[in-house]
Amino acid sequence: MNRLALSRRALIGGIGATALFPAWARSGTPGIGAALSGPEIRLNVGHTPFTVGGRTGHAVTVNGTLPAPLIRLKEGQTARLIVTNHLDEDTSIHWHGLLLPFQMDGVPGISFSGIAPHSSFTYEFPVIQSGTYWYHSHSNLQEAMGHYGPIVIDPADADPVAYDREHVVVLSDWSFMHPHAVMKKLKQDAEFFRRDNPNFAELAAGKGQTLKERLEWGAMRMSPADISDVTGATYTYLVNGHGPAENWTGLFNPGERVRLRIINASAMTIFNVRIPGLPMTVVNADGENVRPVETDELQISVAETYDVIVTPGDAAYTLAAESVDRSGMAHATLAPRMGMSAPVPKLRERPTLSMKDMGHGGGGDHAAMGHSMKMRDPENAARAGVKLSPGVDMIAPMPVDRVGDRGLGLEDETHRVLVYTDLVALAPNPDTRSPSRSLEIHLTSNMERYMWSFNGEQFSPVTEPFRFEKNERVRVTLVNDTMMAHPIHLHGHFFEVVNGHEGHHPRKHTVNVLPGGKVSFDLTADAPGDWAFHCHLLMHMHLGMFNVVTVRPLDSERTHGAGDAA
Amino acid sequence: MKRLIALLLIGTAGPAFAQDHSQHQMPADDPHAGHAMPAPTDDPHAGHTMPAPTDPHAGHVMPQADPHAGHGATPSGPSISKGPPPAAAAGGPTYAADAVFGADTMAAARAALYKETGGMTVSKTIVDRLEAGFGQGEETYLWDVQGWIGRDIDKFWWKTEGEGAFGGPLESAEVQALWSHAIGPFFDLQAGVRYDIRPEPDRAHAVIGIQGLAPYKFEVDAAAFISTKGDVTARIEAEYDQRLTQKLILQPRIEVELSAQDIPEYGIGAGLSAIEAGARLGYEFVPQFRPYVGVEWHRKIGDTADFARAAGEDVDAVRGLVGVRFWF
Repeated sequence: MNRLALSRRALIGGIGATALFPAWARSGTPGIGAALSGPEIRLNVGHTPFTVGGRTGHAVTVNGTLPAPLIRLKEGQTARLIVTNHLDEDTSIHWHGLLLPFQMDGVPGISFSGIAPHSSFTYEFPVIQSGTYWYHSHSNLQEAMGHYGPIVIDPADADPVAYDREHVVVLSDWSFMHPHAVMKKLKQDAEFFRRDNPNFAELAAGKGQTLKERLEWGAMRMSPADISDVTGATYTYLVNGHGPAENWTGLFNPGERVRLRIINASAMTIFNVRIPGLPMTVVNADGENVRPVETDELQISVAETYDVIVTPGDAAYTLAAESVDRSGMAHATLAPRMGMSAPVPKLRERPTLSMKDMGHGGGGDHAAMGHSMKMRDPENAARAGVKLSPGVDMIAPMPVDRVGDRGLGLEDETHRVLVYTDLVALAPNPDTRSPSRSLEIHLTSNMERYMWSFNGEQFSPVTEPFRFEKNERVRVTLVNDTMMAHPIHLHGHFFEVVNGHEGHHPRKHTVNVLPGGKVSFDLTADAPGDWAFHCHLLMHMHLGMFNVVTVRPLDSERTHGAGDAA
Repeated sequence: MKRLIALLLIGTAGPAFAQDHSQHQMPADDPHAGHAMPAPTDDPHAGHTMPAPTDPHAGHVMPQADPHAGHGATPSGPSISKGPPPAAAAGGPTYAADAVFGADTMAAARAALYKETGGMTVSKTIVDRLEAGFGQGEETYLWDVQGWIGRDIDKFWWKTEGEGAFGGPLESAEVQALWSHAIGPFFDLQAGVRYDIRPEPDRAHAVIGIQGLAPYKFEVDAAAFISTKGDVTARIEAEYDQRLTQKLILQPRIEVELSAQDIPEYGIGAGLSAIEAGARLGYEFVPQFRPYVGVEWHRKIGDTADFARAAGEDVDAVRGLVGVRFWF
């Protein structure tokens, strides 16, 4: 059902041409103008050459552009999106952050069966929210090849955020290496893309860790440089599909309130975003409005969105998005006129992971507290409910709640840096019930073997899903037993990040869990169905940090119970 | 055992719980700071039944499950107990989408998803040493190559090494075919066969060994061999990559050979039979390609040395090395 036989005529459009940019993503754009909108939207997935930095590679695109077209919807409308697959392999589109019936969520093998080559699928769902979102393929690493684009949903009522102009800022990472080749390299050598490793010269120069620390980390077979798996060694970091050399420019009139809708559509890159000389007022996170909070820098994890308001003067500004491991930078210009530019900040030094990032808490004498600080203590594992498989190289012995911590490497910045505890939902949380139970989920890995999992178990046919009863309210605590930050995304729901603002917890679809730390969120499981739940670092998801969340009973079930349909 | 008793006490008695905390030396910025310790009657554990020995939640006093841990953000939050989902959560169809798209279609899509998520086969070939040696009037060559193909836990692993003098006969050459099984995060258990083409007469061995990454990041390969004649030998290798700079890498390497008995045919004596120690300084032009120069000292020990002396051979040798390491 929902599949259409494809006529030859439907194959035209978007194929064969070099990837052009949609109007909003062109350099020199005055802002969001034309977008795909209206009662019916057609999207064509195909192959397109993509050029950046003078080199051309092969991209998977929607309607022939990278990023994909901006889809602009209106809260209260019914969205009807007809997606046609011109590839010779399956594709799909997942509407990231949208609340919709599970069969419209677009995850092959969970919500539907995917879109077969040269066929179409029609997504249709009521639009019941507003804000900044995005969409991307959930098939075969296509997202890493360009299959992603922004969604803006205008509120049914007046927007509480006042602005004169808006730009969409899609951050992403592009590699001329096929993502499967990237993955193979990581399986062969997890440090392959890391070109900034600790070394003796650095030690001799008094940089990085002390000798004692180096020995301690060596004894644990861990590297304090494990920040990003895939780095600027292969990635060109993009703003709206433009590399640093292309200098994407967004225009404004001096003194205007400019709304930047920032989306991190990267496969593997967490960014530090700042606009030197221009404070940013965060007004929205993951599509949900928050009380305005001014900051100078924010770390945006993969798949998160932040809307910020800036009020630039009559000058050019550089929007700098530095990769968290400082191996590269995407940058763009905000200016009143074309041809202007501002200095581009230098890459800062690679951060060095600390014992806190390894789950050894915030300091103090743990041995005296009776806690086992062993890296892989079976007692710690049993307590955590983690299967101590070869896929687990560490159980954080004393993870602390890091919801108030700055992002990795920004601890010592002298300017303001956004933290999750700065986020306060503008509207009161809709469900104020206390959670009836808690659930702890461990994010686990083996860096040496490059294995990723939840609770020590890679996603497989025997994996028990995380089960919820419809409308059940549960406090979920994510414990990061790895030394890398993980953006954990739950499909089809918002959850409230427990950050101390009781009743106004920020509602998010993706939460970044810092290394060796933990984050709690309260979830009202109000969307019956099966939903993907995974790390949004694409390689981590692909290698097993993935599971299904089930919410029962389904709406279709009769009161007597439908029984087991499998 | 002491800890277990403590846990049991904590599970039943409020005062014991409070006492446990009083032993902690909390830093000032600890999330516990400012928390009034619960009076026995408020103890969230009060009224809990004793955990059964098999209770997976036993030991809840430790950080993750400690009702106070991480409450810095929500100091007033009541403790929320862990528990299984309600029965209704397990009801209904196993797969929600089956009713919409058909069970067969979805089963195929699920199979593809499992395959795509964590179920991949990878291979790697590592030319660890491909080198020429100079010294003591002789120019020699050596190869030491291994590779694997498989998934995370089980792999087929092959190894080959051999050496000889340029212009002379091949002195030694062997191949191994092993099944390699992950037994922990850093080590594989390997078992299989080894076949020696040289020295002659050729012979076969059964192999059992472990290979992996030891603390301090030493790459270790230790194996025992039983030949078809019943001779038992063993070999232990360890190497370590020390980055001097990002691209300049010093690699110390040591190899030790042992034998359980004299094997006069091959000039091997019982006990520690040979030691090889070397250092290679390489430049990693790209991570997959590292040419190097080095030096290596080789010494025959004990009875093996006696066999060598009797045959008029040197018992030790020092060689300069030029070689390359690469993988793909």
